[in-house]
This record gives sequence, structure tokens and C-alpha cells, in this order.
Amino acid sequence: MDKPIYLDNNATTACDPAVVEAMLPFFTEQFGNPSSMHSFGNKVGFALKEARARVQNLLGAQFDTEIVFNSCGTEADSTAILSALRAQPERNQVITTTVEHPAILTLCDYLEKEGIIVQKLKVDRRGRLDLDEYKSLLNDRVAIVSAMWANNETGTIFPVEEMAELAHAKGIMFHTDAVQAVGKLPIDLKSSKIDMLSLSGHKLHAPKGVGVLYLRRNTRFRPLLRGGHQERGRRAGTENAASIVGLGVAAELALQHMHTENTEVKRLRDRLERAVLAAVPNTFVTGDPSNRLPNTSNIAFEYIEGEAILLLLNKMGIAASSGSACTSGSLEPSHVMRAMGIPYTAAHGTTRFSLSRWTTEAEIDRVIAAVPPIAAQLRKLSPYWNGDGPAEDPEKAFAPAYA
Amino acid sequence: MWEYSDKVREHFFSPRNAGPLEGSNAVGDVGSIKCGDALRLMLKVDPANETILDAHFQTFGCGSAIASSSALTEIIKGMTLDAALKVSNQDIADYLDGLPPEKMHCSVMGREALQAAIANYRGEEWKDDHEEGALICKCFAIDAVMIEDVVRANGLTKVEQVTNYTKAGGGCSSCHEGIEEILAMVADDCDQESEIVTAAPVCAPPAKPEVMNASKPVAAPKMTNFQRMRRIEEVVEEIRPMLQRDHGDIEIVEVVGRNIYVNLKGACVGCMMEAATLGGVQTKLCEALGELVQVLPAAMLAHASV
Repeated sequence: MDKPIYLDNNATTACDPAVVEAMLPFFTEQFGNPSSMHSFGNKVGFALKEARARVQNLLGAQFDTEIVFNSCGTEADSTAILSALRAQPERNQVITTTVEHPAILTLCDYLEKEGIIVQKLKVDRRGRLDLDEYKSLLNDRVAIVSAMWANNETGTIFPVEEMAELAHAKGIMFHTDAVQAVGKLPIDLKSSKIDMLSLSGHKLHAPKGVGVLYLRRNTRFRPLLRGGHQERGRRAGTENAASIVGLGVAAELALQHMHTENTEVKRLRDRLERAVLAAVPNTFVTGDPSNRLPNTSNIAFEYIEGEAILLLLNKMGIAASSGSACTSGSLEPSHVMRAMGIPYTAAHGTTRFSLSRWTTEAEIDRVIAAVPPIAAQLRKLSPYWNGDGPAEDPEKAFAPAYA
Repeated sequence: MWEYSDKVREHFFSPRNAGPLEGSNAVGDVGSIKCGDALRLMLKVDPANETILDAHFQTFGCGSAIASSSALTEIIKGMTLDAALKVSNQDIADYLDGLPPEKMHCSVMGREALQAAIANYRGEEWKDDHEEGALICKCFAIDAVMIEDVVRANGLTKVEQVTNYTKAGGGCSSCHEGIEEILAMVADDCDQESEIVTAAPVCAPPAKPEVMNASKPVAAPKMTNFQRMRRIEEVVEEIRPMLQRDHGDIEIVEVVGRNIYVNLKGACVGCMMEAATLGGVQTKLCEALGELVQVLPAAMLAHASV
């Protein structure tokens, strides 16, 4: 069988070989604790400093001390929101959106039980926010606004820089979960009003288990973990030195490949998308195609179910992901698709293809060839489908007794 | 990726009896589009002896939904309708060498489609008899609706009781927070109900009698009067810190037979939840004493002694 094709880069990415190479010495001869006085520790300390500068450069941060290394994007998200609430006990509201990652939404659900008021901005059928609604919610009881830079499922980009300006004008902290955007979109935090930003190493070809909270200087802050003085007391716990070094290299590479990402990767994505839409009837792109990440295409295949699509793709050596309920183990299809008002018969069939700088023309050719027969095979099994098209008035032709 | 058995994979990749069935005389459409599964089962039944001559399916669903549908058609072909009605969802899962707990509902859907198709053949109306909720306990595949029903029906208040009644939470224990949330939600509902019940007549007993019945107090060995008083005091002492956290308090004023008179103090005085608080105290005392008692505000003592 041909080499498998990996089009699930929004879930996680492969480590760049240069990243792995840079990390290896830190498992063996460079094992020191950067806090130690002796030379074992000192060298590691320098390596962390270099990595910090590289991440600073990728984010366009003004100071390297604004970079706080931690374990993952989820930790950065939790730290940001909990810090804003603890540092400003007189403020008890959080504004976020209905389409955030569970790292934000599950935390917000929990905070609601603790008495925090959470306002979730709705999106339209293209996944766009209503900034007038946003403006109307900004008030002096809001501790923090948290909105993702780019959506993980559809790639749709939110105007976070503008939103941060609006929050700043009202004296409200602004956080963005940018794990999907960092490395794919140019970011210059020093010229923005964003106070906090989350990034995750494994989304940009660094290893899993390392992340960053960008924390603008002079932002009131309360650490999530207290203990040693690591990260200037803002994130206690011995540094994950090897992974931080790896993230530093990955950040530098991401900056080098930013142009490729927005030209070549985008071109391949568009080619795949156009070919699939042309070859398979009853399909459509979800989210906002004119304003999204260059590597992401989320296609809804009506009247068939996403997990079945993924299993058949997987059999052909193609890895993608789906917003269907069944792939997550929950009963509901993707909250992002539901928030956009995508009907259940299409939401369950949404399939996300997310490319990387390593995706090749030949791979895209193979995917374009593989998808139409898979859709046809599953539609043959579908009670909503009849021959070459959907059954006439599909929802009526098949109206099961719902359990 | 799910841990599907080879048999599930095989039935998914090469489903048996897929597509419409010419000359079918029994159809069952069931499913839940919300959870992404829907199934149409078509049977050709011999009217002479009610034997299933052929069975086909069409499924909108995941890998295990398609495999379960395929397995079902293979199982029931050649069976009489009466025999087919005895096929359980576990039979379907067993035929496939098992399904992941999150996917057991696929086999349930297969069994329901079969019941619906047979009802359709016999001209009866089929009604779905269960509602499905989010999966809470992955070890024993118990969902939220099942847990909530059992909690309500039996007045359960603790995770270990839920485990005893449903098995939920008896395995890896990672779902205990989820079970506690359901318990809290039901408890909230009950509080609100009892508040409404007691709002009108001031002297009505503050707690709903069914709460006492449901908690099924174990027949305790007969206590002496002194032991009984001490027990009442212990129970109230246990409750006080909870009330004090909310800047309230409670003290026992008098015990007359089955009536226990108390004073609510601090923030509890005039609190909207007063009736609910007394109801809660009463439930605890009933459990501890193994007898039915009434907890009443001390203000009613005057009326009682007249």
C-alpha cells in the first residue's frame, strides 16, 4: 500500500526532524535543571532563553519575559481565564463564543456552576460573529473576553485584533486561544491590544506536552500553579527543557514557512476542495471560505455519516477528521456545526481535511480520486438517498421514530 | 479510534443485505438523527407461517451502526417473527464479538427496528420505550437518563447508592463527578417542588411524604428515649456546619413524639429556602432514626401545646 496521507494537521502535527534533532541532547548530556548553579544547569538555562526569544519572534511580542512556557494549550486557556477572575474579584462575567474549543467551553460551563456569568457570542451560518452584539455586552463587570483566533473545525478567523481594541477601550482584558492560528497566520502582538494568548507546540510541528501563555507586561496575573520560581513565578514546576527547545526550533521554522503556508498549502487545499465539490453532489463547505486558515477545508457530505467516511478513508490510507457525534463518543454532532445552524443530516457528515507544509500534489490527487466512490458507497446504504440523488423530500421520505 | 472487533470491521466494510428490498411487506424506521443514527429495516415475511424470508437495511450512521444493521439482518433471516422478537441487543453485539460501550446504542437501535418492522407487519403501532442520554459510566455503559430515572424513583442521594442500583460508577470511578451532578440536579428539583407544596398552608408538613417513603429507612433497633434524643442531636449537629457556611444556623427546641421543633437562626430566618431546609433536615432525621418524624418551626410549638 502507498504511504499513508496525513490530512489531520489541525488535530496534531508530526514533529519536524530538525525539532527532534535539537531536542535529543536534552535527554542525554544536557539533562541539567536550569535552576541549578552548576554548568549542567546553566547550559540548559541558555537554551531556554534562546527558545523564548524564538517564540517571542514568532508572536511579535515586545518582551521575551511575556512568554510563559507551560504544558499545553488547555493549560494556557485555563490559566488565562482563571487568572483574570482571581485578579479582579469585583468582576464576575466572562465573554466567549459558542464555537470555542472545549478547553474554553468546558471550563466556562464549570465556572457557571460556581456563579460566574458566561456570555457566549453566537455565530451566523458562516461562523461569523456579530460585533454589535459583542459591543453591547462589554461592561465593567466583565473580567475577560476569550475568543479564538481561528476555529479548529472550519478554520474561520475571528477579528480578534479588533475585538481586543474594543475590550481594551472599556478596560477589559482580552485573551485569544490561537493554537490553530500560530504558525499559519502572521501575528504581531506588540502592535495589538491582546493581553493573553494561548499556543500549543504540537499544532506547529513541535512535540506534544508543551505550550505557551503569552502574557502582556503589566497584565494583572495570578498563577495557576504555585511553587518554585520557574517562569518568574508565573508557572511553577521544573521546565520541560527538551520540548521547550523543540518548540523554539519549531517557531523559527514556522516563521520561515509562513509564506509557503499561505501560498502553496492554500493552493493545494483549494484544489482538493474544488475537485471534491465538483465530483460529489450534495456537498458544501462549512464556515467562511473567504476568511479562514490556509490549510483547512471542512466539507459537509449530506445524508452520510462522518465516522463511516473516516473509516473508509482510513482504509485507503487517508487520515482526516469529522464533526459527527460518533467520532467523539458524545450524542451530539459538533457544537461548531450546530452553532452555525447546519442541519443534523449534514452536520454528521462534515469531514475536515487539514493540510501541512509537507502535503504534496500527488497526495491531493489520491484524495481527490478516493473521496467520490466513498461518498457513493455510503449513500447507497443511506435511507435518505435514492439512486443518484437524495430521496424526494428526504426528511419526509425517511422519518424514523426517534429514540 | 474506536476499538472495533474484526467482525464489526468486516460487516462495516462488506455489509450484508444492504439497500432496498423488492417486495418487502414489513418496514421499521427508527433512530435518532441527533446522535447520528437512523435505520430502516425491511423484511419479506411469508404470511403462511410468519417466517422471515429475507431482510435488508438502509442505515445513516457510523461504522458500528452499519455493522449492527448488517448483523441483525443475518441473525433474523429464516426466523419466525415470534423467535425474532426474542433477539436482544446483546445478541446483536455478541454476534459482532462485542461493541464499545459508547456504541451499544447501535445494537439497541437494531432491536428497535426489528420490533418496529414486526409491529408494522402486524398492523400494530410501535412505541419507543426508552429515551437515551449522554453516556456517563463507560465501564457499564449507563447513560444520564437511566441514572436520573433511578435517582428520582428511589430518592437516592449518594454516589454509592447509584452504584448499588445501576452499577454506574462501580468500575474505574472516573464518572463520579458526573453522577454527583445528576444527584445535585435532582435534589435541586425536589427542593423547588417542596417549596411550592409548602408555600400555601403554614402548618403543612414541610417535606413531601414520598421522600420519606423513597428513602426506605432501615428498620432500626428500638432506641431508648435518651438514645433517640442523642441521635436527633447528632444529626442536627452534622447539618449545622452546612447552614453556618451560609451564615445561618439551627437549634432544637423540643421533641414531642414524632414532632421535632426547631429554630432556624441567622440568614435562615425568612430565607426563601426555609421550607426546603426543614425538609432536608427531616429527611436526614427519618433516615437516622428509622421512623417517620416531622420537623416543624418552634413557632408552632405554641399551637401544639394548646
